[in-house]
Amino acid sequence: MKSIKKLALGVAVAGLAATGALAENVKIAFIDPLSGPFAATGTNGLHQYEFAAEKLVNEKGGVLGGTNFEIVPFDNKISPKESLIQLQVAIDQGIRYIVQGNSSGVANALTDAIKKHNERNPDSRVLFLNYSAVDPALTNEKCNFWHFRFDANADIKMDALTDVIAQNPDIKKMYIIGQDYSFGKAVASAAVSMLGAKRPDIEIVGNELHPIGKVKDFTPYARKITASGADAVITGNWGSDMLGLGKAIIDNGFEGPIYTYYAAADGITAAFGEAGVGTLKLVAEGGDAPPEKPEAQEYQKAFKAKYPDGNISQSRITNVIQMLAMAIDEAGTATDVVAVANALEGMTFNDSLWSNNPMTMRASDHQLIQDVHIYAHTQVEAPFDMDNSGFGLKYENSIAAAGEALPTSCEMERP
Amino acid sequence: MSLFIVNILDGFVTGLLLFMLCSGLTLIFSMMGVLNFAHASFYMLGAYFAYQISLLTGFWVGLIVAPVIVGVIGAFIERYGLRRVHKYGHVPELIFTFGLALLIEEIVQFFWGKSQMAYEAPEILDFAAFSIAGNTFPAYKVFMIFVALGIFLVLLYILTKTRVGMTIQAALSYPETVQNLGHNVPLVFMGVFGVGTAMAGLAGVIAGPVLGTFPGMAVLLGSIVFVTIVIGGLGSLWGALAASLIIGWLQTFAASYNVRMEDILTGLGFTKPEPIWDSAWQDLWTLTLPQIGPILPYLLMIIVLVVRPQGLFGKRET
Repeated sequence: MKSIKKLALGVAVAGLAATGALAENVKIAFIDPLSGPFAATGTNGLHQYEFAAEKLVNEKGGVLGGTNFEIVPFDNKISPKESLIQLQVAIDQGIRYIVQGNSSGVANALTDAIKKHNERNPDSRVLFLNYSAVDPALTNEKCNFWHFRFDANADIKMDALTDVIAQNPDIKKMYIIGQDYSFGKAVASAAVSMLGAKRPDIEIVGNELHPIGKVKDFTPYARKITASGADAVITGNWGSDMLGLGKAIIDNGFEGPIYTYYAAADGITAAFGEAGVGTLKLVAEGGDAPPEKPEAQEYQKAFKAKYPDGNISQSRITNVIQMLAMAIDEAGTATDVVAVANALEGMTFNDSLWSNNPMTMRASDHQLIQDVHIYAHTQVEAPFDMDNSGFGLKYENSIAAAGEALPTSCEMERP
Repeated sequence: MSLFIVNILDGFVTGLLLFMLCSGLTLIFSMMGVLNFAHASFYMLGAYFAYQISLLTGFWVGLIVAPVIVGVIGAFIERYGLRRVHKYGHVPELIFTFGLALLIEEIVQFFWGKSQMAYEAPEILDFAAFSIAGNTFPAYKVFMIFVALGIFLVLLYILTKTRVGMTIQAALSYPETVQNLGHNVPLVFMGVFGVGTAMAGLAGVIAGPVLGTFPGMAVLLGSIVFVTIVIGGLGSLWGALAASLIIGWLQTFAASYNVRMEDILTGLGFTKPEPIWDSAWQDLWTLTLPQIGPILPYLLMIIVLVVRPQGLFGKRET
């Protein structure tokens, strides 16, 4: 008797849940820093997600014939521990899609936790859409079926960068400098090995790490770089370490290129201003300024109208939203994430706002293969500039389908 | 050799900048016994005020006005905050200035956000004064040297040659006696606090374009200024100058010469364990001088405290 009652109750609850799911939005949990020192980056990313969901999905009729996307923000204070708590809260709310990007440390913690959760709870599985964490391990030894990366990883970016450097006969001496932690070390070792393979004649005249966030004045480092006779500099620095190092090098009269990963937006573009023109380069995926497609220009204008102080600094966010919508439509369901993941796996995406070339979600490791560009910091007309400064990033070199040839050590286990 | 000369000059600039922060702090500390944790926050306020003013009227007005505003704010905080807390003893004072530092950082983030500000050196100084072996020395740094030296001379004159200076000097060592002689010691305290914070503000105004104007700038310099005044000796202007220059040179030279622990240890006759990444001594063997540069001033402070507790130029035991 008791068991029948339970069964009936179960059926009733399941029925309610099913009808509820039809009317409810597809919720996407945004787990990133919304307070603390990285709040500016996190908040700007959240705005880009909300805007993309609104413009690219909801205003175009939603998915599955009328269901809207909804971004639910969770503040992780950029701490892996806090992120795991927020992940549990999101799962308890019935959310099936997790987006996160700032810090590979957080992404590593999330991908492990999600893998375990999905193994133990087949009824409430979630997908992890990583839009910015670039640690190569996430799509190599630590890869899993539930994780998808939409940014080019650090090795792919370095591969593209060294392709361009290899074609420049003026560069004979290279100086590599970075922050003393895992990412700085990863950039340095990738630079040394890839330059060694592509241009063995380039001499590495400096390869050093400085304390992260502790250097008050980068002038002595700049003097050293000049004294070494370097023709170019590679750095993975970000935040005030990027600005301090870059300004010191430029102030010291260095005229060669400074190849960077993160020397833009969040006030950095404005602070470099005129001084960075001609020397500052940046490797990233994304669009030109202004973007080639007219609809992308409209999109960017509309974003700046809504968030005058914001930047479209992570253009891949629109790819995440559009590709997820496509995958849900193709799978015919938003609740069965295995079907959605199968649709995302190997997907060819032609409609990116920022690129005329197709992008592919590589099936073997869930790394999005896309064009990567070397940008130059230069004058850009509003509203396509950054920090409303009149300066921004323009294409200088492009590598089509960057990293396609880079092997992966991923051994994907599919459910 | 040319790099050596360039480093001497760079260290000189860093040291003088540090001196502008320390000179105010050392006077405040020795006179009132207050460890002003918020001192570097006034430095940050100076940079932000000057940035805001420079948007409206250009750099030069900001150079004059911003330190004055910071000094007035400092004097008000002494009169209506610190003086009230003073009667409860040193610990509440300490907590008060600590809270003040946190408050100022939050206020700055509230009004200006967390991003870097595009605070620039004036265009008229935006050229290379001279260059040594390809290393340019910006005219702005020459300007910084002159401002800091000017401040030092003015302070030295006021403290040693004027009546106000005599009273301050006397109040440094024997505040009760000076009070009993009929001098208004609380007013002197307020004035010293105001001038000290104004100097920190001025340091911020001229350092902002070079070292960056962002919410973390106070924390970055906060601890080093205490180290400097302890090394120099409390209340001594000459001590503050000497310690600032020593630390400036120490940090500059440490950052620019890649002396490797490996070479030193090999020179001493040790053999490098192979493979190094499996060895328990990996961290020691791979260490370089630039990596340990930031801790050298603290090491120096400990040595000074052991050998000469009153500091290099300090006159009294504390």
